Amino acid sequence: MAVIKKKKDKALPAVNTSALPDIVFMLLFFFMVATVMREVDLKVTVNKPQATEIQKLERKSLVTYIYAGAPRVKYQDKFGRSPRVQLNDAFASLDDIQPFVIQEREQKSEEDAAMMTMSIKADKTVKMGLITDIKLQLRKAQALKINYSSNQPKDVEALYSSEN
Amino acid sequence: MARNKRAIPEINAGSMADIAFLLLIFYLVTTTMDTDKGINRKLPPFDEELVEDPPPIKERNIFTVLVNSNDQLLVEDEYLQISELRVKAMEFVDNNGDGSCEYCQGYNISTSSDNPDKAVVSLQNDRGTSYGMYVKVQNELVAAYEDLRERYAQEKFGRSYRSMDSEEDKEILKEIKLAYPQKISEAEPLNIGG
Repeated sequence: MAVIKKKKDKALPAVNTSALPDIVFMLLFFFMVATVMREVDLKVTVNKPQATEIQKLERKSLVTYIYAGAPRVKYQDKFGRSPRVQLNDAFASLDDIQPFVIQEREQKSEEDAAMMTMSIKADKTVKMGLITDIKLQLRKAQALKINYSSNQPKDVEALYSSEN
Repeated sequence: MARNKRAIPEINAGSMADIAFLLLIFYLVTTTMDTDKGINRKLPPFDEELVEDPPPIKERNIFTVLVNSNDQLLVEDEYLQISELRVKAMEFVDNNGDGSCEYCQGYNISTSSDNPDKAVVSLQNDRGTSYGMYVKVQNELVAAYEDLRERYAQEKFGRSYRSMDSEEDKEILKEIKLAYPQKISEAEPLNIGG
């Protein structure tokens, strides 16, 4: 008896992994549904401001983004530290905004073009001078629906503290 | 014939998990999960030549909010903290100076607004104001209107305004928005402490 027992202990049956693909596929589908493709490579630092009265942007296809903030460290030799505008994957000047909006609008269908929302993703330390200039360009390009991208604060009281 | 009847060997599915993992990691790397949220606003249309005179608005119907380049607030000629802005704005809109607003609960102060329909919030900032502060001020002003609408919805319909569905309760929402129309006007920014 003792001999037989020893033999059995040595040869452990393999763990059944036939359900592993199912589990992984489940995870895969979850990520496919819940996430969206990363569209741009951020070249500016964007630390979004905080706000409580925020609304979700429902249809991603209607939203066009404008980024503003100080260039990231690796771009600072070339572009300096003062806040800049980023459109798509490149730094841009204020004059590029109008053609950019028109080009984006042309890519959308007619009924969608009227619903187009410009989402301004700017760092909270950016001065309003730059934002105002962006807004003026948007007004000239007839892109009047805008959204100030912000985060829901975890602690609402922190909104009113003097540091932020 | 006899050959075909032989049992077909099972396909080896051992590497299925590897393939699925590969795909999973690809999606993890190339996608982002952040949902975009923010404060929705509408910009006024741009008109270069047409500088028409703005319609006259009585001084008492304007709630002036100034933000300087040090992110300090001046509301109705009074230095204010950001935490007090919401209540101030609500008192202003809800003032009901001419008594025409039945649902208002304001104090009837003679220097404050006539009724919610006439009340205009005027926001002016400096070019040196930080964007974070600007969003905070916008947030408080929008919140003031949202709070008033919420109160109105609770009293009149016994329901929460914020939880209403934009499709189902279209008419109710329209009425609430008409009761407290959001009138926030933005002036060209100053350039003093730029």
